[in-house]
Amino acid sequence: MTNSVADIGEASCILAIGTNTTQAHPVLALNVKRAAAKGAKLIVANPKEIVLCEHADIFLQHKPGTDVALLMGMMKVIVDENLQNDSFINERTENFEEFKESLKKFTLDYVEEITGVPGENAAEAARMYAAAGTASILYAMGITQHTHGTDNVLAIANLAMLTGNIGKPGTGVNPLRGQNNVQGACDMGGLPNVYPGYQRVDNPDAKAKFEKAWGVKLDDKIGLTHTVVFDKALEGEIKALYMVGENPVLSEADAGHTRKAMEKMDFIVVQDIFLTESAKFADVVLPGASFAEKDGTVTNTERRVQRTYKAIEPVGDAKPDWWITSQLAKRMGGKGFDYNSPEDIFEELSSLTPSYGGISYERIKEQGLQWPCPDSGHPGTPILHSEKFPSASGKGKFVPLEYRESDELPDDEYPLILTTDRSLFHYHTSTMTRKVEGLNRLNSEELLNINPADAEKYGISDGDMVQAVSRRGEVNVKAKVTDICPPGVVSMTFHFAESPTNELTNAAIDPVAKIPETKVCAIKVQKVG
Amino acid sequence: MEKVKLTIDGLEISADKDKTILQAALENDIYIPHLCYHPDLEKVAVCRVCMVDVAGRGLTISCRAPVEEGLVVKTDSEELKKVRKVPVQLLFANHKTDCITCGKNDDCELQRIAKYLGLEADELNRLRFAEMDDPIDDSNPFFDRDPNKCVYCGICIRTCSELQNINAIDFSNRGYSTRVSTFGGGPIVESRCESCGECVVRCPVGALLPKTTEQPAREVKSVCTYCGVGCGILLGVRGHKIVSVRGDGENIVNRGSLCVKGRYGFGFINSPERLTKPLIRKNGELVEAEWDEALDFAAEKLKSCKSDEVAVFASAKCTNEDNYVIQKFSRAVLGTNSVDHCARL
Repeated sequence: MTNSVADIGEASCILAIGTNTTQAHPVLALNVKRAAAKGAKLIVANPKEIVLCEHADIFLQHKPGTDVALLMGMMKVIVDENLQNDSFINERTENFEEFKESLKKFTLDYVEEITGVPGENAAEAARMYAAAGTASILYAMGITQHTHGTDNVLAIANLAMLTGNIGKPGTGVNPLRGQNNVQGACDMGGLPNVYPGYQRVDNPDAKAKFEKAWGVKLDDKIGLTHTVVFDKALEGEIKALYMVGENPVLSEADAGHTRKAMEKMDFIVVQDIFLTESAKFADVVLPGASFAEKDGTVTNTERRVQRTYKAIEPVGDAKPDWWITSQLAKRMGGKGFDYNSPEDIFEELSSLTPSYGGISYERIKEQGLQWPCPDSGHPGTPILHSEKFPSASGKGKFVPLEYRESDELPDDEYPLILTTDRSLFHYHTSTMTRKVEGLNRLNSEELLNINPADAEKYGISDGDMVQAVSRRGEVNVKAKVTDICPPGVVSMTFHFAESPTNELTNAAIDPVAKIPETKVCAIKVQKVG
Repeated sequence: MEKVKLTIDGLEISADKDKTILQAALENDIYIPHLCYHPDLEKVAVCRVCMVDVAGRGLTISCRAPVEEGLVVKTDSEELKKVRKVPVQLLFANHKTDCITCGKNDDCELQRIAKYLGLEADELNRLRFAEMDDPIDDSNPFFDRDPNKCVYCGICIRTCSELQNINAIDFSNRGYSTRVSTFGGGPIVESRCESCGECVVRCPVGALLPKTTEQPAREVKSVCTYCGVGCGILLGVRGHKIVSVRGDGENIVNRGSLCVKGRYGFGFINSPERLTKPLIRKNGELVEAEWDEALDFAAEKLKSCKSDEVAVFASAKCTNEDNYVIQKFSRAVLGTNSVDHCARL
């Protein structure tokens, strides 16, 4: 997030697009609902009529995968009606004219045709957002998990810059991160192209810095991303995998492909707290300590580095992950893994990660700090880009955009769009939540949400077992007939191993972000038996 | 904030101008009995227990009366004793009094008030009806609703509407039949309740209680392990087990709020299904092994791979320290930048 969780309350308009906030980020959703109750305008854009719509002033129910068209249409209205923030555009941005040119084709009629949203509703939302003074955009995987996810994010950034809604309180481009430490895992260089602190592996200076710090020669070749690793495994190029705290057999798009890839690999080491569906493919399983059993830090969606404290001893012979990995490293002859405590590691990582440079265990003993926090006197940064953007010119660059269709659209054989979603009561592949009896009682099985019109068309009644079939796989699941989904769109979570939704999803990826298109694929459904 | 000075029971105190008499008193460690007041919620002044005597004004409901410069307040007098007793007697009129086995024992506002007022048994029972015997709603897996202990303060209802904006419950019926009810009166689990437990946390009596009321021996600061919001929590520890989670009111991110997973989803930590020993595949089966054997075996096999034949998945569920070490291991020991995690899933 460019801004903070608490800062949402400062916004006089909130645009929540591609986020089912009350289900996936419930406590952050409180801030949204409270702001709306106090009079802030709320625009919800989502293919499904999610709970947050109850609090919305405008609900834009666009077809899955049409976000670029919707946002470009809204921006055209803003420009046509001269509602843009000229001084911000002039002082803080570049490439505006080229971008403006790309808006031309997005007339309200064209936008309505693509998105299914009545043009006037999109225009009204555009006016509401532009007129607000302070407007915040919240988004999540509904924006990113597309083959054009990068375009979606750029469209959001364009909209924020067009109206000057960035760099000050109550504004911002605010991705809501899904996992408790997904921000930190990225910050720490758990990515194939960057060292900790987003220092690129192909930047000779960064490489030299880490070679010196770690006392080894490093490779400047960008590594493989998650999705590509499985492709390469099937091709026989990747032979071994060391996998910590992850369950790709259920979470990866086109899971059947992932399973085959894992079967093909010669050697898999899994480090986890449970014997997950994926751990069953392992040759060695190493028992890790849970979050309650070790000291450390995690970084939340607003870039706040927070301290966690060990509450109990690890169960059985389980060990903290840092200890296990260090042991492996030392047994392979690695130098520089003689850590005595997580604090030792934090001191090393903060000395090499400029945005964490001013953070220490002592400073975050009570309250976390938001990066960038470059030195020990720095108070942290609640709002990013308040003076300049992190580009060579310091300016924000407008990017002209085209609408691109999703990779796989419905046709006669597979007439429905399947989009994936989350439940309030479970978490990701439910490795943890399915072990909690009460959560299992509150949500005990996968449901395929289907509109009454579609249900009638396919002879399905509420509670029927149906078979959902895509070009990649098939899954048996209970149908829930509900007008939360519009006709033509069905949704499922991916929390249940018994109905593994990702057997169906499409692994086509965004060319830049390499994120799979789990929000749009074509399926058919038929009643079982 | 501008301060004003006022006198409570002869003691001069200073308070922020936007405070009420009750708040000013409580902040200065002067107890005024109260039931329907909650610092997080709008003041509704329905319980009438917080009555005080303000010079020149007479009986005043302290939870709603703003402080003013020079106010002279009395929290106790014969008249106050008398007017306070009746509403409290009415509240006890059909309250189930199984205090010793009630999960709220010793932490109950009604007990505290009764104690403060010094109610005698006959006073307590003066307006007593036959004890209420409504069914307990135990439909939610994490908490029970016992209408027989409800004091109609409305704190749960206001929590659900004002703080959570969920509106799963409200008052139904009138007079002695008044109940806190879901829409249509069905079990809470079938309502639109999201099981966040915020009402349970605020209930001043035993009407809303967690299913497990065992208290932890100590609490440890942490951060919720589910989504990316990063809510501060306090893990309740008893022996070697996590037995409770509370929202950390000091944490700037959530200010004490939690969702159903954050508050009640901790059971996985001590689950019998946890991995407790390293496992090695032998003859097709994963069998238990000691750390040395498992680590040596893994290290040897990984060492036999070329750098471009191996990949590493770090974890968005592990700490920064864990992830730093994992990517360092990948780059500096395995010699590959093919380290990624589930950020895209």
